[in-house]
Amino acid sequence: MNSHQEVALKENSFLSEVLAESGENLQACYQCQKCSAGCPVAEAMDLLPNQVLRHIQYGHREKVLGSKTIWICASCYTCSVRCPNDIDIAKIMDTLRHLALRSGVAPGEKEIPLFHSVFLDEIKRRGRIHEISLLLKFKLKTKAFFKDAGLGWKMFRLGKIHLLPPPFRGGKEVKALFRNTEGPGGTAPR
Amino acid sequence: MKELSYYPGCSLHGTAREYGESIKGVSDLLGIRLHELENWTCCGASSAHCTDEKLALALPALNLAMAERSDRELLVPCVACYHRFKVTEKEVKEHPDLLPSSYRGKVPIRYALDFFSQEEWLAELKAKTVKPLDSLKVVCYYGCLPVRPPKLTSVKAYENPTHMDRLMEALGAQSILWSYKTDCCGASLVVTRTDIVRKLVGRLLAMALEAEADCIVTGCSMCQSNLDTRQDEIKADGGGRYAIPVLYFTELMGLALGHKEVKKWLGRHVTSPFEMLRKKGLL
Repeated sequence: MNSHQEVALKENSFLSEVLAESGENLQACYQCQKCSAGCPVAEAMDLLPNQVLRHIQYGHREKVLGSKTIWICASCYTCSVRCPNDIDIAKIMDTLRHLALRSGVAPGEKEIPLFHSVFLDEIKRRGRIHEISLLLKFKLKTKAFFKDAGLGWKMFRLGKIHLLPPPFRGGKEVKALFRNTEGPGGTAPR
Repeated sequence: MKELSYYPGCSLHGTAREYGESIKGVSDLLGIRLHELENWTCCGASSAHCTDEKLALALPALNLAMAERSDRELLVPCVACYHRFKVTEKEVKEHPDLLPSSYRGKVPIRYALDFFSQEEWLAELKAKTVKPLDSLKVVCYYGCLPVRPPKLTSVKAYENPTHMDRLMEALGAQSILWSYKTDCCGASLVVTRTDIVRKLVGRLLAMALEAEADCIVTGCSMCQSNLDTRQDEIKADGGGRYAIPVLYFTELMGLALGHKEVKKWLGRHVTSPFEMLRKKGLL
């Protein structure tokens, strides 16, 4: 890091935060846009991956943390493996999601973080994911009861859906683990 | 007899049931004994790493610590689980005191596709094949996490992997070259942004059809489910008519090895492969 970058860092708390949490040197980005060119879900994003990096450098905290992009990212790692400067962009997206949940900035995509919290709640309760319980619980929250109902019935007939959750005896350990991770650093809205 | 520890993960007990059944089936025929971890838990999948870094490491570590109690390698068929396990292994090796867990990063973690495409098993498969898949043209669809990022997967040819292709060829099938081996299907966005997944899946199906493949082969339960179950909706959207079977590589291994329960596994797909396989003289 040169002295110019050091000064920039002192004045930019958002950039420092992302650098510290992700451990990635996003200052190395020279905007070649290879990340965005290969991103399979770029079409659905409001900021392209290369723009996200630039906005972080500018310290545009709310713009980035309130974007659709950070939730639309499917963590496929295409950007990370193609970056000529070896910046793990997919990892930065994880960091941004964690920061967004802690920040209280309204998420650009509402249902995706909601799904994650229902998913984790299911693990906490049952230790494993029982798919039909997970989906029903998510539907209760989004009120989209009929979405995929026909497909669900088809899959039930194919023997892919078990109505009852499997027996599981490791509940104590899982609950303890959730207790230990809640609090500072444990960012999930539970 | 080879002995392995086995972590099925949640989906293999549910929507990817035939993946679990076929892995067990072919392991039996190859003389591999699987020891399922007792009381395994969910790895946390996307939802943990998207929201809570500590939990995203602690859940895999809980299972890896169980696996580390034996000397056996750990076989993991689901790539989401495999990816989270490899992330945790790397973090724990670099920072041994990171987690309050006995896990030390010692147990070898093997993704099922990587395991079965090792040379020794390819030779074994060739020797044990009773019904060569000569008439079958397949495209191998690896998806994302089986190959990326290579610092975790150790797959050198991560833009154009060939290990599944070699496995298919060992069974006698013809593996067609195509450019979509490692393109993303949208994975868990299927629940929340089905529109995105339909678009990505539509393109994959169109390209498989253009390559004149009889079926798509995969080793990822998210990919299989997304590609298998959305074909009717894509047709309804006006995106083309598809009826391309999407099969697990282990199901085709079972077919070539003559496993007697192969019809039961293949019967669990939304896009039925029966007609295609009968036409090819394989059922």
